[in-house]
Amino acid sequence: MTLYAFFGAIEQGFAYGLMVIGVYLTFRVLDFPDLTVDGSLPLGAAVSAVAITSGYSPLLSIFMAAGAGFLAGMVTGVLNTKFKILHLLASILTMIALYSINLRIMGRPNMALLGQDTVVDWFNGFTGMLPQHSTPLLFGLICFAVVFVLIWFLHTELGLAFLATGDNAQMITSQGVNTDNIIIFGVGLSNALVAASGALVAQNQGAADVNMGVGSIVAGLASVIIGETVFGDKTITRALIAALLGSVLYRIAIGLALGLKLGSFAITPSDLNLITAILVVFALVMPKMKRQFLAGRSK
Amino acid sequence: MKKILLLMVAVLLVASTAFAGKKYVVSVTQIVEHPALDAMRDGVADRLKEKGIDFTYNVHNAQNNMANNTQIVSQIIGEQPDVIVAIATPGAQACAQKIHDRPIVFTGVTDPVTAGLVKDLKNSGGRNITGMSDFSPLDKQVALIREIVPNVKTIGIIYNSGEPNSVPNLKALKEEAAKLGINVEEATISNSSGVYQAAKSLVGRCDVIYVGTDNTVVSAIESAVKVCEDNRLPLIVADVDSVARGAIAAVAVDYYKMGLQTGDMVARILVDGAKPGDMPVEFLNDLNLHVNLKAAQAMGVTLPQSVVDRAVKVIR
Repeated sequence: MTLYAFFGAIEQGFAYGLMVIGVYLTFRVLDFPDLTVDGSLPLGAAVSAVAITSGYSPLLSIFMAAGAGFLAGMVTGVLNTKFKILHLLASILTMIALYSINLRIMGRPNMALLGQDTVVDWFNGFTGMLPQHSTPLLFGLICFAVVFVLIWFLHTELGLAFLATGDNAQMITSQGVNTDNIIIFGVGLSNALVAASGALVAQNQGAADVNMGVGSIVAGLASVIIGETVFGDKTITRALIAALLGSVLYRIAIGLALGLKLGSFAITPSDLNLITAILVVFALVMPKMKRQFLAGRSK
Repeated sequence: MKKILLLMVAVLLVASTAFAGKKYVVSVTQIVEHPALDAMRDGVADRLKEKGIDFTYNVHNAQNNMANNTQIVSQIIGEQPDVIVAIATPGAQACAQKIHDRPIVFTGVTDPVTAGLVKDLKNSGGRNITGMSDFSPLDKQVALIREIVPNVKTIGIIYNSGEPNSVPNLKALKEEAAKLGINVEEATISNSSGVYQAAKSLVGRCDVIYVGTDNTVVSAIESAVKVCEDNRLPLIVADVDSVARGAIAAVAVDYYKMGLQTGDMVARILVDGAKPGDMPVEFLNDLNLHVNLKAAQAMGVTLPQSVVDRAVKVIR
């Protein structure tokens, strides 16, 4: 792996970092497996691309994307809580609906941002560093800023209710909190982060594409699990940072797979998905192996 | 001392150009494994070999994942290539966004202007990028349809509204048909499993079904073939592989030849020092006609002898 590829992996890790945090919030905190992600990521990209090409500032476009993502997440939440549709199915419905909506928003399947000013260009110009260094720095700063706001939020009264909803809905209901509203808000918040991530990704890769969400949820879940395995999840602060760093580790692993050469045994580019799957399985089995190893030592 | 050093340097320089030749690095980014895209990738390499150019060919494949696609760009920057070959739109866009100091040659991009890769087809506005478009010549497609179905009033088209290639194709088809007073009926799908339904929905609404270079529809072309055979409705396509799979005819881009021509562009940059910014976007004018007589019979059409005679390949 060259240094460029390494920085590229960190950049991708942070670009998708907000998405991974969003996945963490639904999957781990709310206990709500949310496939809306595959649709809300390109939604954020589409909204951002349309906003930028119609003359809005790239920074504002990220907030507009987040707003759109929040609405998309709320739809999933409402389908689940008010209409009693199973969470997986509710999110799949929103996801497939978003495909058509994203095509409507852009008016075409692929919207180029090449030659348009983006937050990435701004920051690169502002720091004067090489783009391959300043871009990961920018995305990292954004991710950590969001993580700190989330940590603050999760310690407020609403945040605590949010944390408790996934843990013990009965207890929190008996405290007089409406869990339905918390779920709608929570899935909305998660998808706002995912859509903001989509906006960053589009601005970074020079185009919004209606198919760019495919496989996001897999990458998101893999990143969350890798993060937990490597960095632990004892406290919420630790878990959030672990999810974010898990995203970076996941992309570094992909980067290694992309550039893998083992002597005369040639890995072809078509092996990438297999290698990705093996990496994720490895991350899933690691905690168990670690426990067994520790148990064996303590004897 | 200085003179001797200079002399040594000079001898080394001469020797290196005369005997060793330069070993170039060509990095390729390809969005997904696909026969047409693979053919272009091989065509570029074969042409460079034919020309006796010494090069390493670093091929990357994003497995249809946009995140991998962007990461591949960082891998490529690390390889310090002399030329980057970007196959299909998303890979070309990711390269164009990140790489400004090395020549990029895209290929298999249908609409490079809308994709934001070049300002116009004449020149890339002095940028480091040029390449080849695989835009289907819709005038030739419609002419073929009229030859095979002379009294065509309405053309039915099946396409995926989510494919960047298909939307400009549809627009061009409509323009071309409008010139000749022909209607266009659309059936859109979002995945391959919708092809059967879409083809059925066109029965009775059109005189011929046309499928362009749409990856989603082409991957399930057999469903359209079945509907057309059952209803004796001609099916004409824009890729030659689908003719072998049961469509009547196609006048199509040969993606391997396209790769060869892209290889020529790469060679001009590597060897002749051409600047991508001065090189216009190229098209493949040499098209192949394939026909399938069995399919024609099953769909109730008699192919005119003039069409059969022109075909590069006739399936009986």
